[in-house]
Amino acid sequence: MKPCPGRLPNAILRGPRVFASAQVDNRRMLFELDQIDLSRGGEPVLRGLSARIPEGASCIAGPSGSGKSTLLRLLDRLVDPEAGTVRYRGEDVRDRDPQALRREVCLVPQLPALLEGTVADNIHFAAELAGREPDVGRLLELAGLGPSFAERDAARLSVGEQQRAMLARALALEPRVLLLDEPTSALDPETKAAVEGTLLELRRRLGISLVLVTHDLDQARRMSKWLLRIENGRAVVAGPTSELLAAVG
Amino acid sequence: MGALGIEVTIGEVIASLALVTIAVAVSFWRRTGLEGDIAVAVVRSAIQLIAIGYVIQAIFDSDSLLLVFALIAVMVVFGAFTARQRAKRVPKALGPLLIALGVAGAATLGLVVALGIFEPEPRYLVPVGGMVIGNSMTAAAVALNRLGDEIGDRAREIEATLALGASSTVAAAPSLRRALRSGTIALVDSTKTTGLIFFPGTMVGMLIAGADPVDAVRLQLVLLWVLLGSVAISALIATTLAYRGFFTAAHQLREPPQP
Repeated sequence: MKPCPGRLPNAILRGPRVFASAQVDNRRMLFELDQIDLSRGGEPVLRGLSARIPEGASCIAGPSGSGKSTLLRLLDRLVDPEAGTVRYRGEDVRDRDPQALRREVCLVPQLPALLEGTVADNIHFAAELAGREPDVGRLLELAGLGPSFAERDAARLSVGEQQRAMLARALALEPRVLLLDEPTSALDPETKAAVEGTLLELRRRLGISLVLVTHDLDQARRMSKWLLRIENGRAVVAGPTSELLAAVG
Repeated sequence: MGALGIEVTIGEVIASLALVTIAVAVSFWRRTGLEGDIAVAVVRSAIQLIAIGYVIQAIFDSDSLLLVFALIAVMVVFGAFTARQRAKRVPKALGPLLIALGVAGAATLGLVVALGIFEPEPRYLVPVGGMVIGNSMTAAAVALNRLGDEIGDRAREIEATLALGASSTVAAAPSLRRALRSGTIALVDSTKTTGLIFFPGTMVGMLIAGADPVDAVRLQLVLLWVLLGSVAISALIATTLAYRGFFTAAHQLREPPQP
């Protein structure tokens, strides 16, 4: 079978396959989802979804409308399932204070949504929520932005710059986990490579776990150690990214 | 001739409908689709004002404060139901509206009586109460309408703020600010221009009825300033209570209701 760039062939992905299940058990689990049902606008989005996401860098892949973004919102408890449980580090997310959980597990949405004001205003806003005094210059540098961005009007940045500003704002919370919803979807290849480099550097320097939603399996190969594929609201395959993508060819 | 030197005959009232035909013609001409609403407004205003005229006459004759409170309570309920029609995107808006209009009415009337501006008599409390409830209803309706649009249109920004661990109160604060401003800005603006390009109704009524212009101005100022307070109270309470309906206890933005 010839590899299909950016997509997993359906023949490989169909069926509830878990690659290298023994290795899963040896990893520390970040998230465990058990029999999740969730609807939006009366339409089922996630149906009986069960999956585990280990510590480290993971990717969630799947076609448009498969429920990837909803899954991220579930992990951040921005939405609750109608049935099933979501556990973060072994604890039901409903047993945790939702605001404290979101400061520890911070979601960066796909489309930038900065508040009115400068980039520094946005960073200060987030830092105050977490009761911290931010080092704006360092946060900008971590997100791959120069210090001159601090006083730039957030509304006047390009989409790529806004996405990095969103990242800097999220980092002001000093999270342990970043949930990233297609963080490079609107970027040109050069900026995309820069953002990927930034995220890998964050993982290396700060030890933050990353859960990244992507359409792009080449990106999953570069960015993650663990891959979860969902289709029609169900987890269809999960395993170490290298092993799973090697099976594709 | 009426008590204050003015009498309007039925024929004169009907003659004023000529202006309504112009409004209907404009609606037809520019295809605004408001002909039906204009007709309903004319019929409703006639029936409602005639009915309330008899009710007020009965209350004045009885000189009963209990009846005054009952009338104001009815106004509050009708006002809340009417305002809810303008706040369709706001979940469970009726409760906040009832409380907003009720508190605005009670606080305003209580204050003007306590300060000795008006005597606690039906002939003062009924018309002032009607003005207060009417203006409070408009302010609350505009504010909630704007709040529904704000939260609906800025859902992405609000959820991104919640994702930082912000409370729903913090995430909704910019929308609340804009909604409150929308609810009160119309009266603030008309108060600014009053006497220059706009003569308020009470003053006009008193001047037509033959009152001393200085007396008319004094009463109008009292009413304008009282109304400013009441619309601020009403819009503040309505938005402060209603925004909670958009969020769960876990600080999650609720899914908008199905159309």
